[in-house]
Amino acid sequence: MLSLDFLDDVRRMNKRQLYYQVLNFGMIVSSALMIWKGLMVVTGSESPIVVVLSGSMEPAFHRGDLLFLTNRAEDPIRVGEIVVFRIEGREIPIVHRVLKIHEKFVPYIGIVTILMNDYPKFKYAVLCMLGLFVLVHRE
Amino acid sequence: MNTVLSRANSLFAFSLSVMAALTFGCFITTAFKDRSVPVDISVTKVMLKNVDDFTGPREKSDLGFVYFDVTADLHPIFDWNVKQLFLYLSAEYSTKSNALNQVVLWDKIVLRGDNTKLNLKEMKSKYFFFDDGNGLRANKNITLTLSWNVVPNAGILPLITGSGHISVPFPDTYETARSY
Repeated sequence: MLSLDFLDDVRRMNKRQLYYQVLNFGMIVSSALMIWKGLMVVTGSESPIVVVLSGSMEPAFHRGDLLFLTNRAEDPIRVGEIVVFRIEGREIPIVHRVLKIHEKFVPYIGIVTILMNDYPKFKYAVLCMLGLFVLVHRE
Repeated sequence: MNTVLSRANSLFAFSLSVMAALTFGCFITTAFKDRSVPVDISVTKVMLKNVDDFTGPREKSDLGFVYFDVTADLHPIFDWNVKQLFLYLSAEYSTKSNALNQVVLWDKIVLRGDNTKLNLKEMKSKYFFFDDGNGLRANKNITLTLSWNVVPNAGILPLITGSGHISVPFPDTYETARSY
């Protein structure tokens, strides 16, 4: 019943309208991709928006929170900061707080621990709005 | 705008944009505030041991013990946009092998609504003060500072260091007694 209606709609459109729809869809997908890649360049991070997966960051980050990251070369990592890192061979990024730094000339992180919170609602709102823009536009 | 669904859709979209604007407003009104307060740290005892270190690449490393007092009034930092403060006491020093070392000795979460006057005496370090090697012995300058990470409801999380730090030297000899 529903599927037939949908097909009627498509059949009513002539070829040009169909191509237009496809192009429209392509534009949306590519602008989303551009925004993502642009974010990657601006923040210098491989993955500028990540989701918190575990509850290890106590009253700060809860599961499902979105984090907005920057990775500027001129900001050295200092104790107390929250870092998001990925271990070789594991896909999932880890969010923890830096506890120790022993820096020779090449900095590296020692033991890290948990805590902290962020402004995930703002990011969630932006992304949901983007999604909704698409919905409303279709009208 | 003639079905319940489309009305609910636009209502939802509108409320989301309003919330986003509110969140941004919350962020921008407190983004440029100075969040530093004076802090008073004093050290009552310093002890040094050289023990097995299973966390590093070498057999034995220096392990420091610091007992300290901390006094601070954190009340001016809290406003409508601060959810909690993550306080940490860190020791910074340099050794022959490493130019920069920073170790967190103790931390505390101060939630909104908690007592904001900090007056702690005779505190022990919460985390092990291991050095990456034997650089703590006879080190003249270990600087202890109290810093905090301001956790807002919306916005950036800055790391602020309290004004007021203390430098302690570590002893020349290791403590061999079994006491902690």
